[in-house]
Amino acid sequence: MSENKLKVESLSAWFYEKQVLNQVSLDFPDKKVIAIIGPSGCGKTTFIRCLNRMHELTPGAKVKGRVVLDGKDIYTEMDAMEVRRKIGMVFQKPNPFPNMSIYDNVVAGLKLMGIRDKNLLDKVVESKLREVGLWDEVSDDLKRSGAQLSGGQQQRLCIARALATDPEVLLMDEPTSSLDPSSTAKIESLVRVLKNHATVIIITHNVQQAARVSDYTAFLYLGDLIEFGETKKVFESPKNPLTEKYVTGRFG
Amino acid sequence: MNYKSNSFFEKLFKSTLKIAALIVIGIFILLFYSLVERSIPSLSQNGLEILLGTSWDPNFEIFGGAPAILGTLFSSAIALVFALPISLCIAIFYTEYGPVRLRPFISGVMDLLAAIPSVIYGIWGLWTLSPILKINFQEPIIASIGFIPLFSGPAYGLSIFLASLILTIMITPIISSISIDIFSKTPMPLREGMFALGATKWEVIKNVVFPFAKRGVFAATILGLGRALGETMAVTMVIGNSYIWPFKSISLFSSASTITSKIASEFPESVVNIIHNSSLISLALVLLLISISINFVAEIISKKSAGRLNV
Ligand SMILES: Nc1ncnc2c1ncn2[C@@H]1O[C@H](COP(=O)(O)OP(=O)(O)OP(=O)(O)O)[C@@H](O)[C@H]1O
Ligand SMILES: [Mg+2]
Repeated sequence: MSENKLKVESLSAWFYEKQVLNQVSLDFPDKKVIAIIGPSGCGKTTFIRCLNRMHELTPGAKVKGRVVLDGKDIYTEMDAMEVRRKIGMVFQKPNPFPNMSIYDNVVAGLKLMGIRDKNLLDKVVESKLREVGLWDEVSDDLKRSGAQLSGGQQQRLCIARALATDPEVLLMDEPTSSLDPSSTAKIESLVRVLKNHATVIIITHNVQQAARVSDYTAFLYLGDLIEFGETKKVFESPKNPLTEKYVTGRFG
Repeated sequence: MNYKSNSFFEKLFKSTLKIAALIVIGIFILLFYSLVERSIPSLSQNGLEILLGTSWDPNFEIFGGAPAILGTLFSSAIALVFALPISLCIAIFYTEYGPVRLRPFISGVMDLLAAIPSVIYGIWGLWTLSPILKINFQEPIIASIGFIPLFSGPAYGLSIFLASLILTIMITPIISSISIDIFSKTPMPLREGMFALGATKWEVIKNVVFPFAKRGVFAATILGLGRALGETMAVTMVIGNSYIWPFKSISLFSSASTITSKIASEFPESVVNIIHNSSLISLALVLLLISISINFVAEIISKKSAGRLNV
């Protein structure tokens, strides 16, 4: 087993008085794909938002516990901007910047880092749009607003935007929920390629997808981590009866 | 049957709207017509002097409107130049940086400032602000950089500078409260998208909030400009109503006139002289045309930017 990229130690999270994560501890191995599964409202989104300090932007949000990236506590030893540059995120709902062109959406993160080299930016735009399978659809007019694309295209644009800065960890919140089967397949194979240079943490409602793309799977239920382990084991011989119920679709 | 009654009310509603719109247009045409009609005596006698002439003397029937027109344009422009950045700062502080506890206080103050009748601003400017500024601001500036014509003496407390300042104070609440509204409507997912790329708060404001709010702030600015152009009472009380600016003295600290202050201060006496009266009405017509063209241009600009952004 490769070393751990991201270590989570008894992480709890609140919205005002309401606790939505209870002392979750788990280690994310480097350069693997980890799926987070669990029923709606169990805290998956909140959990990954704690991993790149997005949770604290929500009014009433509170976090306790430790999240350690390469040996450094992201809450006490790094500032939020640095954390978010290293840990990219794709949101549950596509959120391209409507005032920016497709091109500028993709390079938004690079521009924040002060990169202005036109040749480099051009290259990144083409390669990232190709990776997400959007290049052929938009290459004729990269000046169009990102908001003019269809929902699925917008989501792929947002994935390209998150990839452009080559984050070490990529958090993806149900990235394929608005995509058709062929784009979904493209994103899934992209995820498999991405783990050559990044750790990918992907939330999915689709247990088959988790089985297809991930090396490890975490099952969350009502804010508790019920089970975490190699995907194969979690699916074939789950330790907890709840996990078994969930992965076999007999939940509720 | 339900459908039928629905469509009846809908028709009634639509025709009510149509009638209301026609009434508004009708009033506007009537107003415009009477201004034009009553401007004719002056225009036919003095021609374009009302636009270009630089002096005004009813005894000799000289009615040049340029100082008043320039006074209106200049004081409003200066007020905008001050009010826009101040309003943006207030809006940024309110929505982005300031503690949430302070918000009711800030918006309360803004609402209060917006609700103060302009005559109160006039009294305050005349009796309080004018002497303070004269001693603590105008005189030291004249003493140090008075050789620059724009800041040359003597220090009239009542001046185009004071009028611009009062206008700034009057339109800042308008522009800032609309800006606050628009800034806080910036969708959270867009802000978060920028934050997630590692942006600082200021980068989020610059790259997400400003572009989102741009058109609304522009509209608010035009609203403020309209208010400044038309403001009468407060300006009349603090501008000094002389006709020396800008042709005899370019100084910001010189007293001056605007279209509205000219009309307000001379209208009662003008009724005895038809050309005098008609000249003041021509000035009013000029003001109306200025307002209309600003709104017209603003409309075009905002349509253009909407077309480009497609939002
Ligand atoms: N902004 C918020 N304010 C208050 N409570 C919230 C907020 N966002 C989420 N919650 C609550 O926190 C809990 C966890 O929400 P979360 O979004 O993490 O669930 P999820 O597992 O991602 O669900 P889904 O699969 O439907 O996306 C839910 O009970 C939800 O109601
Ligand atoms: Mg979610």
